[in-house]
Amino acid sequence: MTYGTLALTLIFVLIPLVLSKTLRLDLERDTLIATVRSIVQLIAIGYILKFVFDSESFIYILLMVALMIVAATLNVRKKGKSIPGITWKVAVTLIFVEVLTQGILIGFSITPATPQYVIPISGMVIGNSMVLAILFLNRFTSEIESHEDQIELILSLGGTPKQAIHTRLIQAIKTSMIPTIESQKTMGLVQLPGMMSGQIIAGADSIQAVQFQLLIVFLILTTAAVTSIAQGFLSYPTLFNERYQLLQEGRTR
Amino acid sequence: MEREAAIEFTGVSMKRGEQEVLKGVTGYFPKGKITTLVGPSGAGKSTLLKLCNGLLSPNTGEILVLGKNVEEWEPVELRTRASMALQSAPMISGTVEENLTLPYALQGAEVDVEKMRKVIQEVGLDPDYLQRDSRDLSGGQRQKVSIARTLLMEPEILLLDEITSALDRVSRQEVEELIAHIHKTFGTTIIWITHNLEQAERIGHYTWVMIDGQLIEQGESSLLNESTDPAVQQFVRGINL
Repeated sequence: MTYGTLALTLIFVLIPLVLSKTLRLDLERDTLIATVRSIVQLIAIGYILKFVFDSESFIYILLMVALMIVAATLNVRKKGKSIPGITWKVAVTLIFVEVLTQGILIGFSITPATPQYVIPISGMVIGNSMVLAILFLNRFTSEIESHEDQIELILSLGGTPKQAIHTRLIQAIKTSMIPTIESQKTMGLVQLPGMMSGQIIAGADSIQAVQFQLLIVFLILTTAAVTSIAQGFLSYPTLFNERYQLLQEGRTR
Repeated sequence: MEREAAIEFTGVSMKRGEQEVLKGVTGYFPKGKITTLVGPSGAGKSTLLKLCNGLLSPNTGEILVLGKNVEEWEPVELRTRASMALQSAPMISGTVEENLTLPYALQGAEVDVEKMRKVIQEVGLDPDYLQRDSRDLSGGQRQKVSIARTLLMEPEILLLDEITSALDRVSRQEVEELIAHIHKTFGTTIIWITHNLEQAERIGHYTWVMIDGQLIEQGESSLLNESTDPAVQQFVRGINL
């Protein structure tokens, strides 16, 4: 694609701008900011990736992955403020998921240990892990709020925190994983995944594109399961104290 | 006359956030008696009950349960000996039997089926109810199952948090009779939060009147009509109006 044809794609920005203005949706400013930001951010990351790919340095790969983990952690922590120590719990989960997935991919020689493979795959793994962590935390906190009487019931009958939270934890893990599983069921029927579409447009063999997409699909399944379960089992103990009391902000010591 | 205390509070205060919900409470619940806990909403009654079985801890002060500091009790042991029935009578999803056996299941123990059938009858339900889905129970039936569940644990102290407030007159009377029967049969110490002063006088031997986080008065249940404390008189008048 030439820069001239790329410039023509701005027609797709012009359409919503005109519609917003005509229908007084008042979205012109946000649309323009989003457009400028996406252009600047994507061009910047394009040059950064080019530099990292050319250098083929392990340190730069590590730096890129670390940056992704930090950005994802900061994003997730906003959603889990009510859980003590949420920052390190999210960071540990993301690091674990990244090490596990790259360990399998590189360890079994499924993908080479080059920046061209490690960085995009890490981006997809960490990005999905971030979304899953947010989904899980939203669900887990609402499960606790809406079933506080049941948690209290089990504690009052002599149950341990683990017994008291078990059903809520399993429910939150299942619910946060369902969108991933459901979207994979319709993949190829309702939508062509972005990465696969990108490869096909770029001229890659469609069967090869499918093979890589399958790799990502399976990877995301593991990411979803490990993220939810790790978040759950790291989070629940901090909701109780050593006296088997359910802690709420300002409720108990 | 000084009675033996099942639970004793000394200078107990507690905050929830910035709000002080209990302010220097000092008093006792006599052993083997029914004590009713009355007071307006927000007086700190439910918080106080939860302190009795360690679901909450005080910020200051000391609570002795059966002669031992509440903080020194192993939480599971304390909660099986001072057992609580909650206002909403929460049930786990499943049958009545699964709900009744829950305290045993939590300890990895098996419940004596005969004992379970006996207890369900004690609370006025037919043993056929054991196989019913807990979601199909009425409010009164839920409360009875909730009480049966705590009774199966054979607690020395029964903590009841407004268990009749959501019930109709007939169910309320049945639950009242049940509690009187339990007390008579097992000699259990019962601490019962109620909004109903008639009920408090009728069934309670002893009463605590709490207002705004403070224990205003404690004594024989007749104090509700005989108290000379202006705050208690005002509270009783307000309820009876």
